[in-house]
Amino acid sequence: MANIVIDNIKKSFGAFQALKGVSLTINDGEFVSLLGPSGCGKTTLLRIIAGLETSTSGDVRIGEKSVIGLLPKDRGLAMVFQNYAVFPHMTVYENVAFGLRMQKADDARVKKQVEKAAGLLHIEPYLDRYPNKLSGGQRQRVAVARALAVEPGVLLMDEPLSNLDALLRLEMRTELKTVLQEAGTTTIYVTHDQTEAMGLSDRIAVVHDGRIEQVGTPVEVYNHPATRFVGGFIGNPPMNFITMPVTGGQVTAGAQQFAVPAQGGEIVLGLRGETVERAPTGQGLDMQVRVAEPMGSHLLLTGSILGQPARVILPATETVKNGETVGLTLDPKRLTWLSPESGVSYPAAA
Amino acid sequence: MSKAVNTSGYAGFISARRLLFWSGIVALCAWVLVPIYLVALGALGGRTGAYQWPKNFLPTDISLQPFILFLKTEGVFQSFLNSLGAAGITVALSIALGAPAGYALARYNFRGKDSYRLLVLLTRAFPLAILALPLTVSYIRLGLYDTVLGVGLIHTVLALPFAALVTQGIFLGVPRELEEAAWVFGCTRIQAFFKVVAPLALPGLVATAVFAFVISWNEVFAASVLTVRHRTLTAYLLTVLSESPMHYRFAGGLMLILPSVVFIFAVRRYLFAIWGVSSK
Repeated sequence: MANIVIDNIKKSFGAFQALKGVSLTINDGEFVSLLGPSGCGKTTLLRIIAGLETSTSGDVRIGEKSVIGLLPKDRGLAMVFQNYAVFPHMTVYENVAFGLRMQKADDARVKKQVEKAAGLLHIEPYLDRYPNKLSGGQRQRVAVARALAVEPGVLLMDEPLSNLDALLRLEMRTELKTVLQEAGTTTIYVTHDQTEAMGLSDRIAVVHDGRIEQVGTPVEVYNHPATRFVGGFIGNPPMNFITMPVTGGQVTAGAQQFAVPAQGGEIVLGLRGETVERAPTGQGLDMQVRVAEPMGSHLLLTGSILGQPARVILPATETVKNGETVGLTLDPKRLTWLSPESGVSYPAAA
Repeated sequence: MSKAVNTSGYAGFISARRLLFWSGIVALCAWVLVPIYLVALGALGGRTGAYQWPKNFLPTDISLQPFILFLKTEGVFQSFLNSLGAAGITVALSIALGAPAGYALARYNFRGKDSYRLLVLLTRAFPLAILALPLTVSYIRLGLYDTVLGVGLIHTVLALPFAALVTQGIFLGVPRELEEAAWVFGCTRIQAFFKVVAPLALPGLVATAVFAFVISWNEVFAASVLTVRHRTLTAYLLTVLSESPMHYRFAGGLMLILPSVVFIFAVRRYLFAIWGVSSK
């Protein structure tokens, strides 16, 4: 068990700056996701923590001890790789036991730990098999068991579910959460899948273009994105951004008026699609619906608000025809206001 | 009706393709196998068989007698041992030097990597005939002339470029992540190499070793130039066979061919993998 401090890590590959000064503190036992699109630097950051990559500058401390310059094996961590990286020339048992054997653990301890990890991940029936006889999901379980068997202070996971099919992914996600809660290991989880990050994490760090844009609980990050990028990246459909005129510190939407943190000019309204309620036109914002898609659980509307593209979600009980104009009232507590110039959001109103 | 015509036309196309395919295979096999067969026939068919014309393609009158006679000839066994010794040195050195080079090529990016790969191959473009005289002089000075070690060294030079390039392909075939997993789970780089990379690369390394073996086994020019009394089998046969009866020559030829054929058959899968044909 250990906390992790990432202190102003920078990494360049030639002229390309992959990480532009990243700082992040992860508490003991916490599950933090690094979430971002591919190429944002999240995997590079994870590999620097693991010691598989060197940073250009900055410090990483695990349990108050700087690990820069230490070999991966001396950092007290375990890792689950994207392609599982299960050793093909060893049985499942020997794979799970690998870390313990390298620590020169005695056979009794190896057996006990392997059986415990195998039990957690339900791979006991396969312990004598070789990995090429296993499916992708089973290999992934072996990879996780191998990591948990050494009881690491820190567990690093690099897109561990991305190679699984959708159904299996959902199943493994739930199971991972249970297993990791039980183990209580400090975990850093790299993913580009926002539902994984939302579902698993205590906190999410959204990485974009070599920087951390926001760190917060899944609910914070979802409801109050720090930047336009975060709002657009998290949520399905993504957050709507509607530029609106400000007069005297107020924004008017039909009959609704909102005090905003700007005096004049324009402001961007960050609107989550499911926070609106249907109302007669003119009551709030009016939306010109181009396509209405009944999804079963909800009704997805695509169209425009004030001439700007928007997607909103209404309860499945509503009926809307293509081409119709619907009125929407806004919930003042669930709106985000952003600066049109910088794309940074204003602090949520108290 | 027209549909039926179309299908039969298609079937005709398919069968024509298949015919072409199989006749190609047969021609290629014949190209390689018929000479070997004829050599074997000459070697085992006895004195009369070797001179008989027109040739009898069916193996009649087979006897191992000429072959055994050949093996009993003075010098054959010693030169066979010399060949083995030179090949052994070649194998050991080309793996010991080539595999690390291949590993470096597979795992590290460094300046001049591509030109290095080209340069390594260019050593083979240097005609050995031009080198023969200076090489002989230096070998005499160094005390390597007419030794098995000397022949092994020059064969290593010939085999090393292939060893480096082929092992590069083999090490590239071992996923990097496996090695990284080993590092994370407690291995130093060297431990990870021996616990994870080496076992997975072993079949390929064995193939490379036998490849080096065959290069040395078949090489005749350097071996002839650099030895007088301690000849390798090829060099020995070259000097002896011109004065021997026909069936005797065939026996020598067969003995030279067999190890290579057996080896190439054994490692054919790895040879494909090396040139990127295999699926992985």
